[in-house]
Amino acid sequence: MDFLRPAGWAEALAAKAEHPAAVPIAGGTDLMVEINFDHRRPEYLLDLNRVAELQEWGTDGGSVRLGASVPYARIVAELRGALPGLARAAHTVASPQIRNRGGVGGNLGTASPAGDAHPALLAAGAEVEVESVRGSRRIPIDEFFTGVKRNALAPDELIKWVHVKKATGPQEFSKVGTRNAMVIAVCAFGIALHPDTRTVRTGIGSAAPTPVRAAAAEEFLTAALAEGNFWDSGRTLPPALAAQFAELAAGACNPIDDVRGSARYRRHAVGVMARRTLGWTWESYRRGTAGPTRGEGAA
Amino acid sequence: MSEVTRIPTDLRQGSQTAGGIGESKLRPDGTLKVTGEFAYSSDLWHEDMIWGHTLRSPHAHAEIVSVDTSAALAQAGVYAVLTYDDLPAEQKNYGLEIADTPALAAGRVRHHGEPVALVAADHPETARRAAAKIRVEWRELPLVTDEESALAPDAPVLHPGRTDGHARHVPHPNVVHRQPIVRGDAAAAALRADHIVTGEYEFGMQDQAFLGPESGLAVPAEDGGVDLYVATQWLHADRRQIAPVLGLPEDKVRMTLSGVGGAFGGREDLSMQIHACLLALRTGKPVKMVYDRFESFFGHVHRHPARIRYEHGVTADGRITHARCRIVLDGGAYASSTPAVVGNAASLSMGPYVVEDVEIEAVGLYTNNPPCGAMRGFGAVQACFAYEAQMDRLAAAVGMDPVAFRQLNAMSQGSRLPTGQQVDSPAPVAEILRRVQARPLPPERQWESAGGAADVRALPGGLSNTTHGEDVVRGVGYAVGIKNVGFSEGFDDFSTARVRLEAAGGEPVATVHTAAAEVGQGGVTVQAQIARTELGVAQVVIAPADTRVGSAGSTSASRQTYMTGGAVRNACAAVREQVLALGRRKLGTYHPAWATAELLLEGGKVVTDRGEVLADLADVLDGEPPVDVELPFRHRPTEPFDIETGQGFGHVQYSFAAHRAVVEVDTALGLVKVVELACAQDVGKALNPLSVVGQIQGGTTQGLGVAVMEEIVVDPATARVRNPSFTDYLIPTILDTPAIPVDVLELADPHAPYGLRGVGEASTLSATPAVLAAIRQATGLALTRTPVRPEHLTGT
Repeated sequence: MDFLRPAGWAEALAAKAEHPAAVPIAGGTDLMVEINFDHRRPEYLLDLNRVAELQEWGTDGGSVRLGASVPYARIVAELRGALPGLARAAHTVASPQIRNRGGVGGNLGTASPAGDAHPALLAAGAEVEVESVRGSRRIPIDEFFTGVKRNALAPDELIKWVHVKKATGPQEFSKVGTRNAMVIAVCAFGIALHPDTRTVRTGIGSAAPTPVRAAAAEEFLTAALAEGNFWDSGRTLPPALAAQFAELAAGACNPIDDVRGSARYRRHAVGVMARRTLGWTWESYRRGTAGPTRGEGAA
Repeated sequence: MSEVTRIPTDLRQGSQTAGGIGESKLRPDGTLKVTGEFAYSSDLWHEDMIWGHTLRSPHAHAEIVSVDTSAALAQAGVYAVLTYDDLPAEQKNYGLEIADTPALAAGRVRHHGEPVALVAADHPETARRAAAKIRVEWRELPLVTDEESALAPDAPVLHPGRTDGHARHVPHPNVVHRQPIVRGDAAAAALRADHIVTGEYEFGMQDQAFLGPESGLAVPAEDGGVDLYVATQWLHADRRQIAPVLGLPEDKVRMTLSGVGGAFGGREDLSMQIHACLLALRTGKPVKMVYDRFESFFGHVHRHPARIRYEHGVTADGRITHARCRIVLDGGAYASSTPAVVGNAASLSMGPYVVEDVEIEAVGLYTNNPPCGAMRGFGAVQACFAYEAQMDRLAAAVGMDPVAFRQLNAMSQGSRLPTGQQVDSPAPVAEILRRVQARPLPPERQWESAGGAADVRALPGGLSNTTHGEDVVRGVGYAVGIKNVGFSEGFDDFSTARVRLEAAGGEPVATVHTAAAEVGQGGVTVQAQIARTELGVAQVVIAPADTRVGSAGSTSASRQTYMTGGAVRNACAAVREQVLALGRRKLGTYHPAWATAELLLEGGKVVTDRGEVLADLADVLDGEPPVDVELPFRHRPTEPFDIETGQGFGHVQYSFAAHRAVVEVDTALGLVKVVELACAQDVGKALNPLSVVGQIQGGTTQGLGVAVMEEIVVDPATARVRNPSFTDYLIPTILDTPAIPVDVLELADPHAPYGLRGVGEASTLSATPAVLAAIRQATGLALTRTPVRPEHLTGT
């Protein structure tokens, strides 16, 4: 196994062009597990830790430009206001040690259906900016996940930034695991209210071969909110509406039975999380607040 | 109600010495472990050492048609490749109770992950790659995975031609051991019952999940022997099994304990010991072996999964009339300690209750599932889970409070076990239940404590943010258990201590040398405390545990403080007598009290029982050879259970603990937060109160783990382990671990050193059924299986 250590982004792209089979490594929190378990023996590792651009985030107007290697711990600490859904998801990632190393770029690169960032990125409508020596392009998150642990990257491309619109409304993220911390998702659900466009977006993790949006649930809710003039009136949502949304969200799942949970449970749990997170976000919207859940800064 | 909660033990000697028993001395290894500086067996290093690697079976039951090692041997850096054919001695098998386990597979594998071949190479990665080049041709065989397939008419016999001590009395060769217990007349007593309550229960396979993986270093010696440095629970039992397979006399296998990262029963059986020695003797080089976490799940035995059926009768006023029970323990492919686990499960199956008329049967099976053996609680755990569920059902049947019902039927000193054995020391079962029930309950809805947003850390789901209080229901449950201490059923259980006292630099210094394995329980701390108390000295050196001193027995069965503690006390008493004799000889003429008074060693001095100082201990010892004593220590003898009636004086001592569990359940998602697990336990005498509480909290947490998350999942279709990693075998994090207030009772056992009771296991028993009872109360579900999964709570 050869270890390539580019000093900067241009060198990294050149190395990736020369060795398309090279596997990028930043925090290594996914990849090193694969290597330790001997599931994977890449011919080349491409170390991105010396690429400064990847470690920083900035803003472009109404969006956050998040470097692929910005660790989850910093997302939790620094982006809670701008990207509340992603920050909440970041806080459910593994342990403090892992959150100090791992970042969204690795989550996207692995493209596991269980990646914690994915439901939040789907709900926020993020774009992934990838680059190669041939140039750069932005891939909408909806088109990014192409199969089980597969993504839309070309062999010579690297993930540089993730562009996420700053939240204009409340966002939530929920994840079921059979332990109260440090657990891989049995299933997960993200939701973002977008009052500026009067739309709602969602993301489901670990309940289909790829992370997916609950499209029918979103369409139903967006239409129902408009019809009932809810955005303007700020009325409480009728329970039947939330129940219908939950049922449609559960219907968007295509889960499997595995050692972590049954397909039936996953579908059920996604419905419960959809109902609850809709309730929380809508209540925040009504009250004009989006206060963080306590406990987020600690542990 | 004012019960006696402390019976003081007579402690004349050493009561004035600092750092002795009864003090919460801090452990010497504590800071090193927390800061990562402690040297574990996986940190061992030797000049010129090479690395061993094990090739394991991908199948649970298969014939080895052929093995081709040539490609592995041809790889650069490889020193040796060994298979069954390379085993050097007539003796090929080992085993704790029955030598049925081949050191390397003999033409057939009986479980997923069974060792097939060994490789030694100059680098662990080289060894791993070479092992991957070994070509094994397999022919898969039909599987035995449960009682039905084990006893079917056409069942494959997993160990044909058995000659072990249980072979003659078992009903089928796939039954390792069967222990019935019959006492009184259950059929007649059943006629008195107003209600009959039956239940079927299932206990999943738990792993010890110790943090330090199996590892060690074998160094070949010039005399043809081998020095083995290893993390284990019982050096001498290891050696007894290792030496014959190496073809060496025991004195040529010299063992030294290296840093042990937890054990919980999982290091009672051999793992890499024989393998590393074989490779070292073959190559003439020091060989190190370290399992990774994945391999560790295949490298040690687990807790027996069990299927359990109970029938209890009860009168309308709440008296248990009789019980029938059948406990089926899956021992997996090899016997390990299954026979003793069967004996424990049977003899403790009635729990700490008076049940005069019983029909009990416990069986241990051979199957193609992973081998199971010792784990904290050892057979008593599975039974306690089931009989405590029964107690709640019985209480409900007669409309009684579950604690009052238990107290009404609780055993006490003088009660008899179903084996006929009388409980001849305090048995405060009703009192420990009273104590956990009397505690104030933790406040409700703690996630709302500060108003505003919910504190998800206090909710089911925790940081995963699944509820802010929706569908969260509280439940409270109780359980109590009984665990035997020490080795039972007539086993010659002893420990040995060597104690030396000498003057060094004008100070008296004691050295304690035993073979007792410190596995994290705090044994070295307690041994030093005992030596300070018994010899009245400040400085005590604990020598490394090795086989140059007699056996200490196993660090298991809650026995080391009793047994090795007893041995250290015994040896110290002999040293004290010799020192006083020496003093009388050297200094007796200076003071008449040397001849007339009772003399004690206190604060580094010889004093009379009235406190008059006669001499400095250092002056007595100065210029003399060290006073040096090695003595074995035995607990009182026990006897085997009758093979048909189960009657017999089988156990040495009992340990009792009770729990109250308070849980909050998200009933929609099936997630559980254990809010508090209060415990009360009688420890006889707390030699180190801090350690005692730590043991009780640790055992409680391990019991919580198997209530809500810990299970090795074996695919019934293939008998393969599906989750051999900490990604999918979950153990509680600190966020899953509740407050564990502990109430320690000290009712002295007159038969035991200092009146102490072994504390290590009892809390593991009752924690699990208490949590289950609390979840049942919260949800109204029957929940007959542990661990409880979200699917069970949501009907999905």
